[in-house]
Amino acid sequence: MPINYIFPDFEVRRDQDRCIACRACERQCANEVHRYDEDLKKMVADESKCVNCHRCVSLCPTRAIKIVKTDNAFKENANWTGTLISDIYRQAESGGMLSTSMGNPTPLPVYWDRILINASQVTNPSIDPLREPMEIRTFIGQKPDSIKRDENGRIITDTTPQLELSVPIMFSAMSYGSISYNAHESLARAATELGTFYNTGEGGLHKDFYQYGPNTIVQVASGRFGVHKKYLEAGAAIEIKMGQGAKPGIGGHLPGAKIPADVARTRMIPEGTDAISPAPHHDIYSIEDLRQLVFSLKEATDYKKPVFVKIAAVHNVAAIASGIARSGADAVVIDGFRGGTGSAPTRIRDNVGIPIELALASVDQRLRDEGIRHRLSLIVAGSVRSSADVVKAIALGADAVYIGTGALIALGCHLCRTCYTGKCNWGIATQRPELVKRLNPNVGYQRLVNLVTAWSHEMKEMMGGMGINSIEALRGNRLMLRGVGLNETELRILGIKHAGE
Amino acid sequence: MNNAVQVMGERYVGCGADAGEIIIEGIPGNDLGAYLDGADITVFGNAQDATGNTMNNGSITIHGSTGDTVGYSMRGGAIYVRDNAGYRAGIHMKASIGKVPALVIGGQCGSFLGEYQAGGYIIVLGLNCDGIPVGNFCGTGMHGGKIFLRTERLPDDLPPQVVAQKAVDYAELDEIMPYIDSYCAKFGVDKAKVMSKPFYILTPNSKNPYKQLYCYN
Repeated sequence: MPINYIFPDFEVRRDQDRCIACRACERQCANEVHRYDEDLKKMVADESKCVNCHRCVSLCPTRAIKIVKTDNAFKENANWTGTLISDIYRQAESGGMLSTSMGNPTPLPVYWDRILINASQVTNPSIDPLREPMEIRTFIGQKPDSIKRDENGRIITDTTPQLELSVPIMFSAMSYGSISYNAHESLARAATELGTFYNTGEGGLHKDFYQYGPNTIVQVASGRFGVHKKYLEAGAAIEIKMGQGAKPGIGGHLPGAKIPADVARTRMIPEGTDAISPAPHHDIYSIEDLRQLVFSLKEATDYKKPVFVKIAAVHNVAAIASGIARSGADAVVIDGFRGGTGSAPTRIRDNVGIPIELALASVDQRLRDEGIRHRLSLIVAGSVRSSADVVKAIALGADAVYIGTGALIALGCHLCRTCYTGKCNWGIATQRPELVKRLNPNVGYQRLVNLVTAWSHEMKEMMGGMGINSIEALRGNRLMLRGVGLNETELRILGIKHAGE
Repeated sequence: MNNAVQVMGERYVGCGADAGEIIIEGIPGNDLGAYLDGADITVFGNAQDATGNTMNNGSITIHGSTGDTVGYSMRGGAIYVRDNAGYRAGIHMKASIGKVPALVIGGQCGSFLGEYQAGGYIIVLGLNCDGIPVGNFCGTGMHGGKIFLRTERLPDDLPPQVVAQKAVDYAELDEIMPYIDSYCAKFGVDKAKVMSKPFYILTPNSKNPYKQLYCYN
């Protein structure tokens, strides 16, 4: 019989000269890696339980611990990597689908890193944002077909509902249940202070967070969890989730065991029952059906709120977005294949969907070609990692971006990709009270505010460098971008020239 | 009726309504009573698709038939359809804390009845038919709630997620008797006739279909 032994990925290196056996690591680790050995009179570790979340590393008062990648290796093989071999062992043993968390970690191309931003020299002088006004305020919603004037020649400005963002960065949909109460509170308060928006995900809106409604986007997904009239009315906008970048084409399943009373109340289901979001919306089989849902939501909220439609970036994304533009939606959200998740089948996460950069460029171009770009705003997500990514996204045609993983990292996430365990040592992807309290929302919200404030300063510097003082002049301004190391097809899809051209 | 609303295919009638009574003569369009939150809607005529979509509370009574996806994702309140319903009736119906929704269909309905059902009662009486009152794939992916079928025999293709049992005595039907009484009262149907055929009770297989074995990498 084969021995199914998978060597631990990490080693816990403890400098015994530094270790004072204070047992902080033991108390901090929900995975129970560390323990004090009474016989040996020292701390020992079971690295097979380690997920490399760095909680112990960060909290060790004497810096005695570090986590290193094991150098235990299979015989070198460029085709059958050690990861693939271990995966087969796991599946041969269990018969289970491989499951994992967070975004696609595979070394597929990151186009952001192959795009460079322009700057002014000599002519069209650059602008110093510290000295001159720099407008990054953004409005999300449908724009009129033409300018209309009243009898006195003044422009009529009553439009369909718009969201006003003081910075074109919002926090992605993450449900209460997938992340903790304190994480949600941090996001809600940060969005409010920043003048932007966070998104409930498909987990309902906790009663304590209705007060942040003016900065909340409420989500409606296939399971319709927590969706009722007051919920729809509470948000500033409503997002219909058709798909998610981390797992295009499939639904979600939060097992009953992970649904304590407070999460159940918020999702409006009995405690301990499975929360299954089916892959499709069972009332949507066409753009016409989508239109019906868009308008039922508008009808339920007196046409006062913009309705977004979120889809995963897939092969025919441009045609799909064109359909969405005709559904009456006010914005389309496109989530790239590197987007994060609390849980997804590994093979889907790593192999389904396309990069957001290419999806964004092709959608923006398609909507322009069809003369309907103004009919809806374009929001992109799926691994926007820095202010430079935001600037590039806007220059490729986005109106705004969503950040999810980046926001969680600001809250302390170390991307150990084991959210599915519900044992997040940083108090983010967990519902265990003793872990949740580790994330102090007073600190968490401030860190999010700091992050987005820092990014907006950087964006203004980059815009100023280009001689641009308004985000509107950057939007879709692909002349400000150049590619490096990209082939002609990639450059054509991105609609940019190669560096040096 | 003086306070009746004359309609001809208008969508979203009673959308999110939280109180009062809406009486409709004619045929309302899709999404009748979507997000309904406490109002009572009565239709003297047929209704179309997505009646009671994501309904939270209240009631919808249809003196006629309704189209596809009636009661999609409803978590509270009750829907009574005198005659038939289309495909995907009661799909993803769920219960909520202190709320158990009910969907009563007097006639027959199409395929995918109660797919992904997570809670609540779906009752199909088949009063106007001799055969099986539901189509194919009844209860696929069901993981909560109960389906009651008034029928002599079960569909041949019940999915593995469903366990079906014949109600041996009326005590097993006690929990749905208030809905059957309401149905009979609303539509002037003789209860003895309703109870003249056996009922089958469909519940989720306790081997939870979604507890698929995962392994983590």
